[in-house]
Amino acid sequence: MVMSKNKLQKTVAVVGTDAVAEAMRQINPDVVAAYPITPQTAIVETFAQMVADGQVHTHYVPVESEHSAMSAAIGAAAAGARVMTATASQGLALMWELLYIASGLRLPIIMPNVNRALSAPINIHCDHGDSMGARDSGWIQLFSENAQEAYDNTLQAVRIAEHKDVLLPVMVLLDGFIISHAVDRMELLDDATAKQFVGTYKPDVSLLDAARPVTYGAFDGLYGYYFEFKRQQEEAMRRALEVIREVGREFGAISGRPYGLFESVGLEDAEFVIVALGSAAGTIRSEVECLRDNGMPIGMIKLRVFRPFPAAELVAALAGKKAVAVFDRSDTFAGNMGGPVFIELRSALYETAEKPIMVNYIYGLGGRDLSVDLVNKACNELAWIAQSGQVKQRVNYLGLKE
Amino acid sequence: MGNNTCEFVENGLAEIRWHARGGQGAVTAAKTLAEMSLTKNMFFQAFPEYGPERMGAPIQCFNRLSTNRISTYCGITNPRMVVVVDPTLLDVVDVTAGLAMDGILIVNTDASPAELRKKLGLKGRKIYTVDATHISIDELGRFMPNIPVLGALLKVTELLSEEEAIAFLKESFGKKFSGKVVESNIRALQRAFKEVKEE
Repeated sequence: MVMSKNKLQKTVAVVGTDAVAEAMRQINPDVVAAYPITPQTAIVETFAQMVADGQVHTHYVPVESEHSAMSAAIGAAAAGARVMTATASQGLALMWELLYIASGLRLPIIMPNVNRALSAPINIHCDHGDSMGARDSGWIQLFSENAQEAYDNTLQAVRIAEHKDVLLPVMVLLDGFIISHAVDRMELLDDATAKQFVGTYKPDVSLLDAARPVTYGAFDGLYGYYFEFKRQQEEAMRRALEVIREVGREFGAISGRPYGLFESVGLEDAEFVIVALGSAAGTIRSEVECLRDNGMPIGMIKLRVFRPFPAAELVAALAGKKAVAVFDRSDTFAGNMGGPVFIELRSALYETAEKPIMVNYIYGLGGRDLSVDLVNKACNELAWIAQSGQVKQRVNYLGLKE
Repeated sequence: MGNNTCEFVENGLAEIRWHARGGQGAVTAAKTLAEMSLTKNMFFQAFPEYGPERMGAPIQCFNRLSTNRISTYCGITNPRMVVVVDPTLLDVVDVTAGLAMDGILIVNTDASPAELRKKLGLKGRKIYTVDATHISIDELGRFMPNIPVLGALLKVTELLSEEEAIAFLKESFGKKFSGKVVESNIRALQRAFKEVKEE
């Protein structure tokens, strides 16, 4: 153990799942409901041990499926509890209908999801297809590059979700195996600082508040306000952008690690830019920095917040760039439209007068390795595209066995 | 807490690939190496070859070590060092694949580095051998070669001195295992420090 520069933090060697479990221990949620079978990860196993050891006061509900895990989480959250669960891959898929109920009831549930591929064929490795499928379910989605960010995002998620201007569930995403199962170096806040940052949860309304009885999720049909509820969810998502920034700044003040909507390298002088999510952004950053040292006018953006999508901020950051390559670790199967990040960023840039040329690299599905060589190949292609103004192929599959 | 690192990591990012069979403790050894490098205030990664691990089946695991922050998260194909925990893998796996010509190969075997070089028909690289199998049977009473192999790695790279490594094991293993297990692992580590053979 090494004491970090900030005396209140300690530097540790942990696997990604334990980093998230540590954040959960410090949050000490009232209720955690989880299903422990594959593709679940060690997050809930480690946390269950913490419950058994009396390190937290959480009521831990072992349920019989992810559908039940989210159902129990919703019930407990509606009752006024601070609630967490965790899942991955098929587990998230099985929660599907409940994801919409959690966000529709405006319940600030926190859920780390270890990004793993969806069947078929059966595959348990890193892939963003699971959470990208939930992008329209009304959950805030925060992506993490490494164990440190998974921990930091989990703590911040509580503040974002429970903010009175937001009241939306938050998914914290970390890459399966690459981050979840790897030992990494990171800094942990001391318990008192973390607990003070997270604060206590006092919901304005709850089912157990007998003095002010409320109904959750009642029928609201043709002559009701379903449409208005949905519009309010969208409004909350818009307001979340500023809350995420505010919480990220505050977290920076206590940890020395400020967070925004995205992070960038070299945007001030880059002529072309790569945009990516998750651990791939780390590999891309090291290659981009190396190429910049050799004089290539390249930059990169690591997108942290995918929901809400920071469209205006990304458009401003990319103003005047000749070309943009978006890396997607999932596909939309829309018939050559590209991956989800590509589609959304391209749509966001539609109104700008001088649009950059845009290309998409779909990579790493089912855990296929994104090597430095592959990143280098894409960077050089992008340099050629920016220089020549030509695109041979809009949507590219990087690292395919051909 | 020292920042006195060795030549092995001062030449930039050091990547290590471990070859073993499931159940021989290689993943634990790679993880322990990561934890040990934290005591030197270094940056590190330790990760298994992703997938289900089956007892007895060939596995790989990896380390990255550096004095600077590491932000590459891809697999390792051109390691600076290869560590072979199980000698029977030499006939099964191409253990030197991608190993740089000036890279280091550490093998658990009773053969000398010269004999091993001849057997593998290896050109370049620097070979070290340690008989971790017999050390572990003598000291632990069973075949568990991970700690003596880790000892050989520490001796070769000078990442930790023998005293520092012993102190680490006392502290770290002391939390999880009985005094007897810790003591026998320390003896196995000490023997590896003494018995590792250089070319």
